[in-house]
Amino acid sequence: MKDNIKYIKAFMKYIWRDKSFFIGLIMLTVFMMLAFVVSFLSPYDPRRWNTAPRERPPSWEYPLGTTTLGQNLFWLLTWALRNSLIIGFSGSLIGLIIGSILGFIAGHKGGIIDRIISNIADIFIAIPILMLIILIGSLIKTQLNITTLGVLFGVLTWSMPVRNVRSMILSLREQEFTYTDIFSGLNLLEIVYRHYLPFVIPWISMAAINRIFWAIGTEVTLAIFGLSAIDEATLGTMLYWALKYQALLRGLYWWVLTPTITLVLLFLSLYLISVGLNTYLNPKARLQRMIGGK
Amino acid sequence: MGLPVYIISRIMNYLLVIFVAVTLCFVIPRVTGSSPIETVINRLTAYGEYYDPITLQGIIESLKELYGLKGSLWEQYITFLKRLFTLDLGPSLTEFPTPVSVLINRSLPWTIGLLSITTLISWLFAIFIGGIAGYFEESKIAKFLTGFSIVVHNIPYYILGLCFILLFSYLIPLFPAGGGYSVGTELTFSIRSILDVLYHAILPALSLIIVSYGGGFIIMRGLSITTKNEEYTKFAEIMHLNKNTILYKYIIRNSLLPQVTGLAISLGNIFTGSLALEVVFSYPGLGSLLYRALITSDYNLIMGITIYSIFAITTSLLILDFIYPFIDPRIRYR
Repeated sequence: MKDNIKYIKAFMKYIWRDKSFFIGLIMLTVFMMLAFVVSFLSPYDPRRWNTAPRERPPSWEYPLGTTTLGQNLFWLLTWALRNSLIIGFSGSLIGLIIGSILGFIAGHKGGIIDRIISNIADIFIAIPILMLIILIGSLIKTQLNITTLGVLFGVLTWSMPVRNVRSMILSLREQEFTYTDIFSGLNLLEIVYRHYLPFVIPWISMAAINRIFWAIGTEVTLAIFGLSAIDEATLGTMLYWALKYQALLRGLYWWVLTPTITLVLLFLSLYLISVGLNTYLNPKARLQRMIGGK
Repeated sequence: MGLPVYIISRIMNYLLVIFVAVTLCFVIPRVTGSSPIETVINRLTAYGEYYDPITLQGIIESLKELYGLKGSLWEQYITFLKRLFTLDLGPSLTEFPTPVSVLINRSLPWTIGLLSITTLISWLFAIFIGGIAGYFEESKIAKFLTGFSIVVHNIPYYILGLCFILLFSYLIPLFPAGGGYSVGTELTFSIRSILDVLYHAILPALSLIIVSYGGGFIIMRGLSITTKNEEYTKFAEIMHLNKNTILYKYIIRNSLLPQVTGLAISLGNIFTGSLALEVVFSYPGLGSLLYRALITSDYNLIMGITIYSIFAITTSLLILDFIYPFIDPRIRYR
């Protein structure tokens, strides 16, 4: 417990020093607040049409303007952020958990099980997943919603983490503490929890952020093709409706720019965080901090 | 391991990947339980036309024939593979008698042309500018370029494309907002026609180049900084070698390899990203064709484009893998 507090304190200190990490974290916090707190304050369901006057440019009453369908873009954005982040998180974590578990098993058991798992994973890595997602999306167009999208992204990208986790476990398995664990009769779960996880968690957290990126971006790509949960509010579907109603051609810039700028800023904040985390977790940089940071 | 073994094992892997992907394309429609025939029938009856049951039965039978849904699952699978082998993907539904492969072949050159040229340009730019920026890490220009790339490289192509349309087509009308060539003109091999195509390609190409350049630049800069601090580079500096020699022969040459790997990893994302970009620009490539197929639920066409794309991406990966030994100064396949 005491150790944990020490680590958290050191981490906070580090964040404070690394300015771009700090900026990224603040930006993400703002987005999270908009998505998971502010969105619940909406006085009405912002997806509904004609809840606001049509095609108003940004003003005090409608901070981001309104759409041709009579939706208030500000409330719509908060809902869209929430759904997009949910897709991002679930799409990221589901695949990461499946892949990591398989990686743990392959690396720890070795032998024929290892060969089967890693060969299958290798084949799946080389398959262009996005094209398959488009194919599936076209077949289950009507059943697409936030949950199915998240699960789809998660399940189809299971193969990505297998290799990395496996190779980490392979080297950890030969360590002395693992042998001690095995000889004292611990089962796989206990070994994983006690000695593998602490070494693998840094990589997993990096991968999680990169996958959130990918999932949110993929949802928008699908939405451009009209393959997202069209009736829900997500960043992708906001863009989809704006393009569908020719918002650019008709000079309704705010309609296109709202999801566009939000996406760019969201990606930027995630990127800054991932770079900051990377340097923080990188053993070389850590060593330098320990030597020079006193 | 010799070169022949490498080539053979790589080709085996390539064939295996295509086989698994194609099998997935066969399995997925059958697992999701959505029947393309139902979609077609729904569309036929949606316009209020009435078909008597016997005619309807006839239509269903011929559609089953068309989609290869006749017989047991195993027989269907064999027909499916046979058709792929002869590149017969069936007719398109919306432009009925035209085979899917004709439609795809018509739009494939646009996508491949746009994608390969922009990838090459952005790659070269990223390698040289990134390498130099890493070498002169502390200069103001390098810092500005780094900041620019960090902001730019995460933006999906089509988002940047939208910004360009907004800026350069509506606010300052310099370039056309979409299309591959001027409406109402015939494509010929005249200078005028080629210039027209290039003129229309500028905005989509620029969006692709800038984003991929940003990504490549960041990786290249990082590699260049790492290589700069390697012992052998330090040694070259002590030897007072020419700065250009150090930069090109020592730093950029040795950072090339991870760049190729990076390109290979992101190729799938680049491809689908560019498909979405084509939709935004209504560029007459594979992306626009896919978009049309999706809104009209042209099942054959969607399947055809998926299989073609999988084939295109995996083949490019194979080619990249064969280029690999020529770039890497350390690997020699004898």
